[in-house]
Amino acid sequence: MMTVDAKGMACPLPVVEAKKAMAQAAEGETIRVLVDNAIAVQNLTKMAQQKGCALSGGETGDGNYYVEITPGAQTSVEADEPAVCQPLPSGKTVVVLSSDQMGGGSEQLGRALMKAFVFALTQMDAAPDTVLLYNGGAKLSSEVPETIADLKKLEEAGCEILTCGTCLDFYSLTDRLAVGGVTNMYAICELLLQAGKVIRP
Amino acid sequence: MEPSNKLFCKGGGCTAKLGPAVLERVLSRLPRPTDPQLLVGCESSDDAAVYRLTDELAVVQTLDFFPPMLEDPYLFGQIAAANALSDIWAMGGTAKTALNIVCFPENMDLNVLGAILTGGNEKVREAGASLAGGHSIADSDVKYGLSVMGTVHPARICTNNTCRVGDCLILTKPLGVGLIMTANRVGQAQQSWFDAAVQSMTTLNRWACEASQPYEVHASTDVTGFGLLGHLREMIRPAYSAVIRAHSVPVLDGARQCAEEFLLTAAAQRTRNFLEGKVRFAIRDFAMEEVLFDPQTSGGLLLSVPEAQGEALLADIRALGLPCGIIGSIVPRMDCDIIVTE
Repeated sequence: MMTVDAKGMACPLPVVEAKKAMAQAAEGETIRVLVDNAIAVQNLTKMAQQKGCALSGGETGDGNYYVEITPGAQTSVEADEPAVCQPLPSGKTVVVLSSDQMGGGSEQLGRALMKAFVFALTQMDAAPDTVLLYNGGAKLSSEVPETIADLKKLEEAGCEILTCGTCLDFYSLTDRLAVGGVTNMYAICELLLQAGKVIRP
Repeated sequence: MEPSNKLFCKGGGCTAKLGPAVLERVLSRLPRPTDPQLLVGCESSDDAAVYRLTDELAVVQTLDFFPPMLEDPYLFGQIAAANALSDIWAMGGTAKTALNIVCFPENMDLNVLGAILTGGNEKVREAGASLAGGHSIADSDVKYGLSVMGTVHPARICTNNTCRVGDCLILTKPLGVGLIMTANRVGQAQQSWFDAAVQSMTTLNRWACEASQPYEVHASTDVTGFGLLGHLREMIRPAYSAVIRAHSVPVLDGARQCAEEFLLTAAAQRTRNFLEGKVRFAIRDFAMEEVLFDPQTSGGLLLSVPEAQGEALLADIRALGLPCGIIGSIVPRMDCDIIVTE
């Protein structure tokens, strides 16, 4: 085993010295590098991993660290992440409210219809699994008292209420969210892809 | 110790910055200032302090200094000054006065100090500001920088955390100066890489700032010790995420090669640790990751502007001569703060 004493050296010198030693080492020979800080350990680790070396390390007991690198000993380079299986449809029912109005036409009528729809949801035998609110729909969980009350009832019945955080921020309603949780585009996308049924009134 | 004319001791420039995790821990324990005229203070991790004097006038105050990252004292002076002045332009301000901050060993050749101050003074003049004094102390290592005062209209302050969904992100200088200066220090940087890095570092952000004035800049910061990803992360509010398109990021020639040789700074690793879980790499490209974490000395401005204005502003900035690019965009909140894709 070859030992490189890189204590007192600032990055990238420990890596530079370790690479010199690796170039001189006999095949399969392990290089032990001594350093005095954890960041140097992490930079040595990145180098060894990228080069496919076997690697171990720890503290030396006197406040310093050691890293042992054996070139070429790691037989298989870190395998690619396993292919992600397409998730099976969960069969969940997701209600998407993307506006504070229902249907096109009169805005006044649209708002009244939306309030009525959310109320009607509370009257069904089974609540949906999720109510997803985005764009103008974010107002329904943050500034419309009637729909807030109905969404709370749905939540009590086990329905998940999720509002788009970016949308709340856009309408300056972040502090006024009154029911359910905040979600993001990544989660919205996942939820819709995995839904069994998506209802858009 | 090295012979007394040798400037270089440890990692210099913005790689010498304390890590963001350490800073956050210490600063969070200090009492906050309460003066309502202090428009930008330490509660946001912004580039400079801004204090309102009247409804039309605020002062911008900043300071920056560090040890040398290269051997030439005159270039070091230029770079340190360009870097210190930069925070004024990151806030959308105009530089007015500057004071030298000097640490210098008593037994070192005074011509070296003369060259540093000459380089610094030239950049202050190019900034349109006046060098009005300074403070120097005897120290074991060379350090140099400036305290800078500028002005800004209170309504035109450009803070770093006010970007909006749909903005595109423009970077006005190439990345990689930290890697190339580190490689230079161990004799592994080609002269052409070094020269391009120095040209980038000595270029004032004044010109990019002025080019952006006619546009609707929602947020801006300068990219320095925390690297592109560290400073971008300071721009991201919880309601948004940023997507970076790696192939659009301007990178200095040689920077990737330096990363592939593992000439990595401690500062980049500290930022990587700090951003653990906040950045997701949808690419497998180790060298590019290192470039995106690379601490920049006198790095470019990162501007968040409406997408519709992006190409026009980029053309104006490209005309200034440095590699630049539209490197990504501000998107609705995703699973983490920053996603790096192809």
